[in-house]
Amino acid sequence: MQISLNINGEDHKVDVDLRRSLLDVLRHDLALTGTKKGCDHGQCGACTILLDGRRINSCLSLAVMHDGATITTIEGIGTAEDLHPLQRAFVAQDGYQCGYCTPGQIMSALAMLTEAEEGWPSYISESLEAEPDLTDDEIAERMSGNLCRCSAYPRIRQSIAEARAQMRAAK
Amino acid sequence: MKLFDYHKATGLSDAQTKTAAGATLIAGGTNLLDLMKLEIQTPEVLVDINPLGEDEIAEQDGGLRVGALVRNAALAAHPLVRQRYPVLSRALLSGASGQIRNKATTAGNLLQRTRCAYFYDTASACNKRAPGSGCDALEGRNRMNAILGVSEHCIAAHPSDMAVAMVALDAEVAVEGPEGARRIALEDLYRLPQDRPDQETTLHPGEVITAVILPPPPKGRQTYLKVRDRASYAFALASVAGIVSVDNGRITAAALAFGGIGAKPWRNRAAEAALLGQAVGPQAAEAAADVLLADAVCHGDNAFKSALTRRLIHRALRELTGETA
Ligand SMILES: Cc1cc2nc3c(=O)[nH]c(=O)nc-3n(C[C@H](O)[C@H](O)[C@H](O)COP(=O)(O)OP(=O)(O)OC[C@H]3O[C@@H](n4cnc5c(N)ncnc54)[C@H](O)[C@@H]3O)c2cc1C
Ligand code: FES
Ligand code: FES
Repeated sequence: MQISLNINGEDHKVDVDLRRSLLDVLRHDLALTGTKKGCDHGQCGACTILLDGRRINSCLSLAVMHDGATITTIEGIGTAEDLHPLQRAFVAQDGYQCGYCTPGQIMSALAMLTEAEEGWPSYISESLEAEPDLTDDEIAERMSGNLCRCSAYPRIRQSIAEARAQMRAAK
Repeated sequence: MKLFDYHKATGLSDAQTKTAAGATLIAGGTNLLDLMKLEIQTPEVLVDINPLGEDEIAEQDGGLRVGALVRNAALAAHPLVRQRYPVLSRALLSGASGQIRNKATTAGNLLQRTRCAYFYDTASACNKRAPGSGCDALEGRNRMNAILGVSEHCIAAHPSDMAVAMVALDAEVAVEGPEGARRIALEDLYRLPQDRPDQETTLHPGEVITAVILPPPPKGRQTYLKVRDRASYAFALASVAGIVSVDNGRITAAALAFGGIGAKPWRNRAAEAALLGQAVGPQAAEAAADVLLADAVCHGDNAFKSALTRRLIHRALRELTGETA
């Protein structure tokens, strides 16, 4: 079946097997290998992409169900010369060790910061209605869908907090 | 994954006709695709119901009508849910991850399959997956399994957090099928395993869930507490959705629903009744726990859930009645 996808601002037409996940379309059909496959079962977050601006696991998404979708991947948020603030912060703060989970962490963090700006609470937020206060614990809870096999968690949280501060200052 | 035919539903009656003929509905796909990859479910025809819309949350009769395709994230973040049904918001936010909640739908969440390890392992006996094959969980590693509502054929726990909160809130499920539209109390959507653990719901062939109906918000305080093996992104070992009113130091109304311990989202009216009129304090929790757990059937590894549930009731009541000790 043929589907169209807008990925990082570019339109693509792809012929896909009905069983193809969005993750496999990105990696195999379009050679966008920044998005990683960890578990292929929704358990690790390495495959996180933005679908119409929201974070999802691309491994648990059938490509044919997303004909016409707008997708952002790690390749679409910055360039080597002009890194996204999250990318810069992960480098500056050592927010990774092997780096395998990093694209998923960054895409997830990007959407998580938007959720927080929109006032979404988390399970551990004291008040469900107050503006979220992104403490270290809140960042950990909101990022729990992204595992890091190297356990770089403290630096990952620090990177996200730093990027958030910079993104807010730049506004 | 086995090959299948794929159809986008052109409307509700199309979805009904196709499921009546044996097709499987797919919504967010976060549970079904996982099971299809493992070939635990092997549908021949998939019907994508996303084109049906049904993704709105609307006020209705003092309560809320939640469309079947409202995403878990959207429901948890909805201002009226946060304000009037905090137990539901918290239950949703305790489940899965930010990524999964963005795809998971209301109906898909209700109908997600068990996480019993033997259901997932196609080399094991499982009456739910392969009717008549037996149940390896009975004498196996069953610390995640249920202690209430189980049978000698199946001890699988229902994994949903959202459904537990909705059961405590007396939610109803709106369904439409070849025989027309009807509403079912959410508690009655689920069948107990008995001797047919593969038959999980009371839906008739061709029936599609269109919405969940929440009655007007109950009086009293609400909470959702979940105990699990890690701090986040894990299924419940035991959870409780509690809604309790107190007047003059006595409990005047109580709804308690439990997750992780039941073959379905578990509610026991007699345990709630045991709280009524009781003075706020640990004796009240003991009374409710005694009634609730009198029916518990444990199988070794999962025996700890009985003590865990008792403690969870204490914690929930302390929080809900404002008692600090
Ligand atoms: C790693 C991981 C962790 C998780 N942790 C938790 C957790 O802690 N707590 C929790 O509660 N859940 C958890 N989940 C489960 C998650 O909540 C479910 O996968 C999700 O809610 C299913 O919704 P869906 O729309 O994706 O369903 P789908 O996968 O699309 O469908 C599930 C079932 O519902 C049926 N269905 C869907 N819509 C309808 C309808 N309208 N009418 C009739 N039948 C319908 C489908 O046919 C299918 O059988 C977790 C999942 C994963 C992968
Ligand atoms: S690869 Fe998708 S969550 Fe692990
Ligand atoms: S940096 Fe190695 S998995 Fe996270």
